[in-house]
Amino acid sequence: MFHIYCPHCCEYREEEEFHASGQAHIPRPLDPDACTDQEWGEYMYFRKNPRGIHHELWVHAAGCRKFFNITRDTQTYEIKEVYKIGEQPSVVANSDQ
Amino acid sequence: MQHYSGFGLLKHSFSHHENWQRVWRNPTPKKKYDVIIVGGGGHGLATAYYLAKEFGVTNVAVIEKGFLGGGNTARNTTIVRSNYLWDEAAHLYEHAMKLWEGLSQDLNYNVMFSQRGCLNLGHTLQDMRDIERRVNANRLNGIDGEVLDAQQVQEIVPVLDCSDRARYPVMGASWQPRAGVARHDAVAWGFARGADAHGVDLIQQTEVQDLIIEDGTVVGVRTAQYGEIRADRVGCVVAGNSSVLAKMGGFELPLESHPLQALVSEPIKPILDTVVMSNHVHGYASQSDKGDLVIGAGIDGYNGYGQRGSYSTIEHTIQAVLEMFPVFSRVRMNRQWGGIVDTCPDACPIISETPVKNLFFNCGWGTGGFKATPGSGHVFAASLAKGEMHELAKPFSMFRFHNGALVDEHGAAGVAH
Repeated sequence: MFHIYCPHCCEYREEEEFHASGQAHIPRPLDPDACTDQEWGEYMYFRKNPRGIHHELWVHAAGCRKFFNITRDTQTYEIKEVYKIGEQPSVVANSDQ
Repeated sequence: MQHYSGFGLLKHSFSHHENWQRVWRNPTPKKKYDVIIVGGGGHGLATAYYLAKEFGVTNVAVIEKGFLGGGNTARNTTIVRSNYLWDEAAHLYEHAMKLWEGLSQDLNYNVMFSQRGCLNLGHTLQDMRDIERRVNANRLNGIDGEVLDAQQVQEIVPVLDCSDRARYPVMGASWQPRAGVARHDAVAWGFARGADAHGVDLIQQTEVQDLIIEDGTVVGVRTAQYGEIRADRVGCVVAGNSSVLAKMGGFELPLESHPLQALVSEPIKPILDTVVMSNHVHGYASQSDKGDLVIGAGIDGYNGYGQRGSYSTIEHTIQAVLEMFPVFSRVRMNRQWGGIVDTCPDACPIISETPVKNLFFNCGWGTGGFKATPGSGHVFAASLAKGEMHELAKPFSMFRFHNGALVDEHGAAGVAH
């Protein structure tokens, strides 16, 4: 059970108010028609699935209904940081540095 | 291998059952094998068994970081059925179902396969249309199935709330009489015993730390205890940890690992003699031979490798089961646990060649892999033995996510199980 800080509401709320929306920082291809099958398939279906530090998109579905990002350890489930859309994470995995 | 029989049981009772042979050896690995299978769960052990027994490849090692059958094989809710919608998936799961039907005799090990039938309930008109479509598709594929109305469902399961007082009244169901449950641990143990008897080395407590790749071809694995172990072909059957192994191979898989939780109640007298699942209310239940109700539902929405999930998910599961069975409201829950399921975008597995030569993956079974255990092992063994994919496995290539040939089974796999 997570206790999640919503950076828009500026307070901690229970996990049930939130919805996990998968990997964060996925840019939509600027010109989808120019993508190869490989590129489009990767954009559509391939997600990072690390055992460790993961950057995720969450939405405060039963609250302010705004999206934000969480950096979380998928092994220990510890939430390392919460940051708004457009910002970059300060905690990153060693392999991503 | 010691043959199990009623006579053997009687004979050993004279020595107070103290002289039973060990069920499998605990060997030190050789330097080189024909095939290494990474992952000693049900699917990996089944692969090893069929490799040795059906395809004559006996120089095989199964490398397991924990103990045999200690992952999702020990954590699932034991349901076996084959009523999938699309031809590709239906053929694969029906292949497994046919193997289940003779498995205890084949393994000389009682996997307690009980064909007690499975109901998939419909609560809306659209549910019923989908059920009719799926049952028709099943019958065209030679898989048993019937569409039942609410009254017929009530006759099969008297304790199910089929009244119109329910929030989502039961309108009918699909019914697969050949479906059922099996004893999950016995499946792993039976395959392990059979594989061992055919000469397969089962290496436990040994974690694969890296894949050894030379010129784009896998030539073995690296372990902490035993260093390098070489092999002509490597098959990875590691469920939730598949992405981690794929990374060692230098490629990515379209998988996300999620926690999936399940729970069992205290043992009660026999009350539910079939499997009842509901996609719409989103929960399912059966009763084990021990008497506990085995209950499950959906995955936790976030990625996780921790083998545990959130309490709110369990709460929703229980709400769904009570919606179906108000009579269970005073039953106490005994245990709750979680596993790591590797979910695929189209709710179908990946049984595939990879960008690395001689490296094969069998993964992505997500929430419903147990039912496929013998079939998955059989087709993967055939593929590993020949070095090319078995006919039934071909539609489940990892490259389908690039060419778009997905097999969308979200309907038939709707409740996680």
